[in-house]
Amino acid sequence: MSTIEILFFFLSALAVFSAIMVLVSKNPVHSVLWLIAVFFAISGHYVLLNAQFLAIVNLIVYAGAIMVLFLFVIMLMNLNSETEPQKHIWMKLAGVISGGCFLMMLISLVRQAVEMGGRKAMMAEGDTGLIKNLGKVLFSEYVVPFEITSVLFLSAMVGAVVIGKKN
Amino acid sequence: MPIQYYIYLCLTLFSIGIIGVLTRRNAIIVFMCVELMLNAVNLLLVAFSKMHHATAAVGNTATTTGIEGQLFVFFIMVVAAAEVSVGLAIIVMMYRNTHSVDINFLNRLKN
Repeated sequence: MSTIEILFFFLSALAVFSAIMVLVSKNPVHSVLWLIAVFFAISGHYVLLNAQFLAIVNLIVYAGAIMVLFLFVIMLMNLNSETEPQKHIWMKLAGVISGGCFLMMLISLVRQAVEMGGRKAMMAEGDTGLIKNLGKVLFSEYVVPFEITSVLFLSAMVGAVVIGKKN
Repeated sequence: MPIQYYIYLCLTLFSIGIIGVLTRRNAIIVFMCVELMLNAVNLLLVAFSKMHHATAAVGNTATTTGIEGQLFVFFIMVVAAAEVSVGLAIIVMMYRNTHSVDINFLNRLKN
């Protein structure tokens, strides 16, 4: 096994284990911390795929900004494992079974797809993920969506302030 | 790395997100599971982008084929950030009105 394969399987196992721990944890703060671990593992996958810009943006935006927002809200509401509402055990079992059926169905679909046979993702090489190439495409072909995005951000900011305001 | 490995990993993460949405009652955890599903899709988009780049780069190493996939991931992250700010504001407002984040309280929305 090469180093890239070892890293791939380690990061995959870390991502899946942390994702399961997000669901299993009773305390919402622990769930947030496990979700940050998932985001770090996914950033590691981006680095393996040589998508360096996305790896850093994923760390800054998701693991940095969004999860801190979640953590602040949870601490503001003073949630802990005692106040955590629990579904009935049969409802949980039904949810797990339906999610597992969905996973089995999609996996069998992918296994039958002949188009995917022998296709490989380019690992640790190729320069499409570098910030220079992404920036060139973003500010030439995709400059209008980029500007629309700023309007979306402005409206989301106004919306969050209006909703969160005390009346 | 074969593309199937990435598909299986992302499907697993996506299904874990679905199971979380179905089995948890805390609105914030449900919201976090939606973020997990978004991230699984992002990872799959980047893997497919590198797959297309690998086939196009055989003859021409300077090609930028497949770069759109990574740009879409960037836009998905932007939309997710906006969505999180509005969604958390809604959850905070709901907590202020009902003093709970239980989604079963949301069936009182009609009154």
